[in-house]
Amino acid sequence: MSWVGGAVAVGLLLAGCGGAGDGTGDGTARLTISANAVAGGKNAEEAAWIEEWVIPRFEQEQAARGVEVSVSFEPSGVDDEQYKTKTALDLQAGAGPDIITLDGIWVGEFAQAGYIEPLDAAQLAWDGWEHIPEAVRQLAGFEGELYGIPWGTDGRVLYYHKGLFAEAGLPTDWQPRSWEDILAAGRALAALDEVIPIQLNGGTAMGEATTMQGVLPLLAGAGAPIHDGTRWLGAGPELEAVLGLYADVYGGGLGDPLLQQEAQGRDKSFQRFAEGRVGILAEGDYLWRGVLDPDSGTAPMADRDTAVGYAKIPALTPGAGAGGQNFVSMSGGSVRVLNPAGDHPELASELLAFMNSAEALQAATDGQDARITARTDVNEIVLAGDPMLSFVADEVLPLTFYRPPLAEYPQVSLLLQEATARVISGTDPATAARTYQDALTEVVGGAEHIAGR
Amino acid sequence: MPSTSPGGDAAGLGRLRAALFTAPALLLIVAFLLFPALWTLYLGVTDYRLTGLAAADPSTVGLDNFERALNEDRFTDSLWLTVQFVIGSAVLGQALLGFTIAWLLRERTGVLRRLVEALVLLAWILPSSVVAFLWIALLDRDDGTLNALLGTPGTAWLLEHPMASIIVFNIWRGTAFSMMLYAAALGNVPPSQLETARLAGASTWQQLRDVVLPRIKGHVLTNLLLISLWTFNDFTPFLLTGGGPDNRTEIMPVLLYRTALHGGELGYGAALSVLMLLANLVIALVYVRLLRSRTKEPAA
Repeated sequence: MSWVGGAVAVGLLLAGCGGAGDGTGDGTARLTISANAVAGGKNAEEAAWIEEWVIPRFEQEQAARGVEVSVSFEPSGVDDEQYKTKTALDLQAGAGPDIITLDGIWVGEFAQAGYIEPLDAAQLAWDGWEHIPEAVRQLAGFEGELYGIPWGTDGRVLYYHKGLFAEAGLPTDWQPRSWEDILAAGRALAALDEVIPIQLNGGTAMGEATTMQGVLPLLAGAGAPIHDGTRWLGAGPELEAVLGLYADVYGGGLGDPLLQQEAQGRDKSFQRFAEGRVGILAEGDYLWRGVLDPDSGTAPMADRDTAVGYAKIPALTPGAGAGGQNFVSMSGGSVRVLNPAGDHPELASELLAFMNSAEALQAATDGQDARITARTDVNEIVLAGDPMLSFVADEVLPLTFYRPPLAEYPQVSLLLQEATARVISGTDPATAARTYQDALTEVVGGAEHIAGR
Repeated sequence: MPSTSPGGDAAGLGRLRAALFTAPALLLIVAFLLFPALWTLYLGVTDYRLTGLAAADPSTVGLDNFERALNEDRFTDSLWLTVQFVIGSAVLGQALLGFTIAWLLRERTGVLRRLVEALVLLAWILPSSVVAFLWIALLDRDDGTLNALLGTPGTAWLLEHPMASIIVFNIWRGTAFSMMLYAAALGNVPPSQLETARLAGASTWQQLRDVVLPRIKGHVLTNLLLISLWTFNDFTPFLLTGGGPDNRTEIMPVLLYRTALHGGELGYGAALSVLMLLANLVIALVYVRLLRSRTKEPAA
């Protein structure tokens, strides 16, 4: 009777191929939301907000209008690159959650691949847009179209441990004005035992954290953003200056080269900073609200508010930053998009708008979890209680830069990470810069896409 | 067409009914083996990507991917690392250690034997993710067990000796199979022959070389064939080192994963997997030839 079994198996297979059933047998529409957030782990507040606020309220609201809808949350708690891969595979297969949270920088390549679609006229008429500034809107933009709704933005600063600064005889209200000021503080901190003076993310194991918290703000501080609107930045004095700073830090005993290579290096750097074993740490405001938060952080610091200082990232020398700026920063942010393969596009669209309403964002950032949202009307209310985030919103965001929303960016970013890795393991900056330039020419498709030299 | 002659059709089914019986199995093979293999070959000659323009509209690039792989240091480095990993952890490590354990335990019974076998087997049957977590805890720089045992605080084993670390890890992980296979093989060696050799004054080494090895040569080759192929395709070291530091543990499966999924270059990744398949075939061919020459020997 084995052929019966075989035939059944084949039958099941064929049924499996056709079935992307939406489970609407009982008349209930099912929607799924995904984000790189998970209860008890990464971005725990976001996960809690989706599960405890968004889902029940949306279901209630729809039920009141006679629509039976059941929303579920698909959590993740992994590195951004892994989350991106998973999401891209989902979308490529025409499957995946109905509402997907993406890093704004992925919008371009996902749009080019046809995985996500531009918003339609009705979605563009949403009343929330007037509260989202143009620069922030562009997080969801690609080639003149909007593909989703940005929900938050961020900024990068230099964090420093006030206790260690006091021990090393440094001022506890520190604001460096040049890279030399940073190195000088690092040298003073090097006198302390068991302390990493400066943690400047480098190497490939840190992934995008190397580019976003290290190379890009430094490049802006050296006077040249990575992309000038038409061409990519090649080897030259700016890149050599940036790589030179890595050489000074990691060749001069001011940083821990091994930490940049460890698979869990970034998490360890957080842990050590929280333990008071790192002097200066370049990071985004995520560190403050997601990592060091005394109640819900992944490396909580009970005395965060008094022990941790923050300063703007200075240009190489005053006025040397891009556009003649004295201080610089980099910003990104996440965007929620609709899955074009969803079974209930209209309901999903309503859910997306609901998740970005002033009321919802206010609930998301209520109490302990203040964060910089995309909406100015919400920021005015929720940031008032958090000096650090107000500092970012008021002083850092006006002087910040964004990454170019181009499909080549992830590869360029990887090349920059590799350049820092080489410098950290002893290659001289000029050689590393030349290697970068050679690889860059291949990635961006020819020398005509590279600025100068 | 009646074809029920006893010589050609033992079951007496007839061609049509025989074909019907095999059809489900053949369909499964086509669906799950043949089609994916051909599809991989096709992807290997395109510039298909996970995201971006080439995801929506891939174009054929001929043999560029293969040419790029063979010219790229990263590929040749990875191949060399894989060879080191296979020879170090499988051919030398697992096979020798497995044999040693089997040899030492061959005449023992009781608690000791059961304990050793249980421990070695445990390393084999635990899930990879669990094992990887244990080894990270063992080798960790800050609070690692190994550093505490050796009194070497601050030694980052996975960073300073990455290849040695994953080789030792894989020996520990996979020795059970060799041990069990050799234990069974040693049971086939007639005790009388060993006894005779011993009475004739043969040393342990001479007994192994002249009595045991000729008897179990087939088992040795089969074992080496299997563990070489498994190790060649093993992805578990990725859980320990992520292919780092500086790609120094980027063996072929890791390179493939990082290229195709992390880097999104699905076309190039497919080309790499074809090359990996070829490498597997070469390994298999070498062993099969050795096995065949062995079976011919007694006849000649």
